[in-house]
Amino acid sequence: MDAVTPLLQVSGCRQAYHKDSNADLVVLDDVNLTLHQGEIVGLLGRSGSGKSTLLRIVAGLLSPTAGNVRWRGELLKGPADGVAMVFQSFALFPWLTVQENVELGLEALGVPRAEREKRAEEAIDLIGLGGFESAYPKELSGGMRQRVGLARALVVHPDLLLMDEPFSALDVLTAETLRTDLIDLWTEGKLPVQSILMVTHNIEEAVLLCDRILVFSSNPGRVASELKVPFPHPRKRLDPAFRQMVDDIYALMTRRAPQAPASLQAPAMEAGLATPLHPVNTNLLAGLLEALAGAPYNGRADLPALAAVLQLEADELLPLGETLALLRLAVLEEGDLLMTDTGKQFVDADTDGRKAIFATALKTNVKLAASIRRTLDERWNHRAPALRFRDELEDHMSPDYADETLRAVIGWGRYAELFAYDEEAGQFSLEDIETTG
Amino acid sequence: MNRPAMLAAAGRRLPNIWDMVALLCVIGFLVAAAQAARGTLVPLTALEATPIVLDPLTLPGYALRTTLRMFAALFASLLFTFTYAPLAAKSRRAKLIMVPVLDILQSVPILGFLSFTVAFFMGLFPGRVLGLELAAIFAIFTSQAWNMAFSFYQSLITVPADLDEATRGFRLTGWQRFWRLEVPFAMPGLVWNTMLSMSAGWFFVVASEAITLGDNTWKLPGIGAYVAAALEAKDITAVGWAILAMLVVILAYDQLLFRPLVAWSAKFRFETTQGATAADPWVLSLLRRTHVLRVAGEAVGDLFGLITGLRLKLPFSRPRPKLTGPEPSSRAADAVFAVLVAGGVVAAIYQIVTFVTATLSWSDLGEAVLLGLITLVRVAVLMALASLIWVPVGVWLGLRPAWSRRVQPVAQFLAAFPANLLFPPFVLMIVHFHLNEDIWLTPLMVLGTQWYILFNVIAGAAAFPGDLQEAAQNFRVGGWLWWRRVILPGILPYYVTGAITASGGSWNAAIVSEVAAWGDTKLAAHGLGAYIAKATDAGDFHQIVLGVVVMSVYVVLFNRLLWRPIYEFAARRTTLG
Repeated sequence: MDAVTPLLQVSGCRQAYHKDSNADLVVLDDVNLTLHQGEIVGLLGRSGSGKSTLLRIVAGLLSPTAGNVRWRGELLKGPADGVAMVFQSFALFPWLTVQENVELGLEALGVPRAEREKRAEEAIDLIGLGGFESAYPKELSGGMRQRVGLARALVVHPDLLLMDEPFSALDVLTAETLRTDLIDLWTEGKLPVQSILMVTHNIEEAVLLCDRILVFSSNPGRVASELKVPFPHPRKRLDPAFRQMVDDIYALMTRRAPQAPASLQAPAMEAGLATPLHPVNTNLLAGLLEALAGAPYNGRADLPALAAVLQLEADELLPLGETLALLRLAVLEEGDLLMTDTGKQFVDADTDGRKAIFATALKTNVKLAASIRRTLDERWNHRAPALRFRDELEDHMSPDYADETLRAVIGWGRYAELFAYDEEAGQFSLEDIETTG
Repeated sequence: MNRPAMLAAAGRRLPNIWDMVALLCVIGFLVAAAQAARGTLVPLTALEATPIVLDPLTLPGYALRTTLRMFAALFASLLFTFTYAPLAAKSRRAKLIMVPVLDILQSVPILGFLSFTVAFFMGLFPGRVLGLELAAIFAIFTSQAWNMAFSFYQSLITVPADLDEATRGFRLTGWQRFWRLEVPFAMPGLVWNTMLSMSAGWFFVVASEAITLGDNTWKLPGIGAYVAAALEAKDITAVGWAILAMLVVILAYDQLLFRPLVAWSAKFRFETTQGATAADPWVLSLLRRTHVLRVAGEAVGDLFGLITGLRLKLPFSRPRPKLTGPEPSSRAADAVFAVLVAGGVVAAIYQIVTFVTATLSWSDLGEAVLLGLITLVRVAVLMALASLIWVPVGVWLGLRPAWSRRVQPVAQFLAAFPANLLFPPFVLMIVHFHLNEDIWLTPLMVLGTQWYILFNVIAGAAAFPGDLQEAAQNFRVGGWLWWRRVILPGILPYYVTGAITASGGSWNAAIVSEVAAWGDTKLAAHGLGAYIAKATDAGDFHQIVLGVVVMSVYVVLFNRLLWRPIYEFAARRTTLG
């Protein structure tokens, strides 16, 4: 391999699941990605933007529906030599000790025992796990487990290290320590890897670690924009330039959101039938509105600041903000969240008043909710199977999204007392609902 | 309530087409059951006067009698479960003795006791068919009750502490707590074990309908007796009809009773994460759509709620956790209890020894132990063979969801099918080709039990975490390394669960599978099962006791020395908990 050939080249990659009688469900569409030696590249996006799917395609665990992946110039077919992965869930084998887990990849390569042990010990020491060789994964804390996952990947001396949200299952403090350790090893050149490709939904994490960030949009997953992170390591989170970049990415991610409810071109009434909804908790919605209404924001807040104060990740905050925007209780604008008059009324109202406002907002802005209520009103027994709406949704989206969307509407409709839902029978009804008219 | 809502309520109470169907089914079932129950009150002579008829048209009637016996036994098992398990769970002293007893009873070859129970129940109702019926029902009961009670006990002692504290905080009485917390919590496990028990029960009901005791042979009307009669008459077509009837019966009870029950019990599952939700079985949706049944069900539910809601104090309730040790008076009671138990044990040993040694000597014991060894070798070899075949097959199926979803119900169905109905074709082959019975009778032992291995392995492979599979793929772990390091440890707990059930079942099956008959031709392999079967035929109680005791010791040792340690290892090593 010469120096000009990129390590990895993904071109025109498309991943779709075939669905009978309908158009294919597209998870990834026309994704291009080139990875060179010596860089850390981050794939940043909301859950469901297909970034994990892309990582699995690069790992050879999935083959794309269209397009191709070239690994060191060769077409990739199946898991390749020189690519190792670190998993979000750690994926350690509970019946193997730390040492055995780390040795597994070497064993698969047929490395003789003595060398296997030597290399495993080196990797374990490098990653700060010395002394834990004979422990079983269940004896370790989450952070330690992910260190094992890292050592297991590094021990095969991969050219490319793939990381699938490696720190998102850890608590804040542990995650930060691990990030620092990783980047220290990287800058000191102690990591036996040439490149790292990581998936994350944490904007700050991406800016902290990566040299280049690809921001994904959802449904279908596409590369919305590509950013170079110009700061040298070690980076400071509080550096104004760092903060500005985080802010910009927030703005980018809200602007590229699938639904722009503020604009009149996209009729909000379509929401919930053609576009998936996120089942966000109504308590959180109310809490966010209250925080937004109170000091120091007084109705307008910067999303990153809000995320920090409420201890929410971008991935958690964005669906909340979008739902508020969808219901016209707030407006998203360039990474800021602005409260509307209806939102203000909601905050000032008592419990029943809030429910009434929410119900109206739901009926006017979410077509699915309105359609469920209308069906129930029209039927003689005021019952309707959820399956009916599910099928309708599945004409437009994948079964998983249909599920989530239905769950979202059920949760909101129950809170608004717009309709009742019997989980066991899978039926919407108007039982115990005050019907007017 | 305003107008539309009223209309809705009225509409829901109107009968529909499903009500008619359901009503007809219920009435038809009641009439048939009454008819069958009348048959139990006739004297024994009437039974002898009406021999089993091999006309296939009589089979539905026989199948009904067999099924009713099953459900009578199931009812008894539930009664036992709901008394024994709470007692064992709530009394510290009772637990010391009741739990090991249950453990032993689970592993004892109950089929060997059939002759005792027949003698006992015949004595209770001399000259009546009822005695025989009860003996058969008791035999089925003994195959069902233990694991149900054990599962219930396990649930009772693992009720989550916070829920227990909540019920205490709201000052629910012992009775209310039992029905509001403990029973619902135990429900999924209990339903699952009831299903397994039913599967075991079919085997015993078939074996216990044709009872031979010394010179007397009785045949209770039922599928088992039908098969026995067919064997005597060398009528292989009749055997085929019986197998078909059994298939229909098991399919019906699975569809009508257990599918809905399992789906229903899922709502008691104590999990925060939502598992994969399968579609409701058709019977459950029918029940939910049938308005009259729904109303009736609600009435029964209300009554149940009323009774279980009574503020009754229970004679036994779980002791509150104490900060100090046992009080002195309680320590004295402990001593008395220990002495009583020790006395009981000594008396029991004395009884067995005097009973057995009255006619038997050490050489008989030696013979029984040696024959037991032969049967042990058989069980071990067959388990190894069955594992070699079904573990790879199960793994292959389990890792392919589309396949496992289709195959899993079939494997469970095969496990429920009484394998003794399938013996005759095998026996016919052995007789026809003059095969060595010591070898060729052996596979019959695992004919019915191997499926437990299969469906547990499928379940294990299907539950194998996706991320571990991806990790193995990513590091390109393949071939033997994959089996050794990845999948075999992953399915080990499931495999062991299946293997314990399968090996226990195989010991039991030895009693009916080491001897076989086709008309006048009698086949017998060497083994402890044949020893017990022959002693039963001869009516030699002393030999039966010796045989059963030796077999029990083998089974218990097999479980304790082999399966238990493996299971504990598997549970310790293969979870991240």
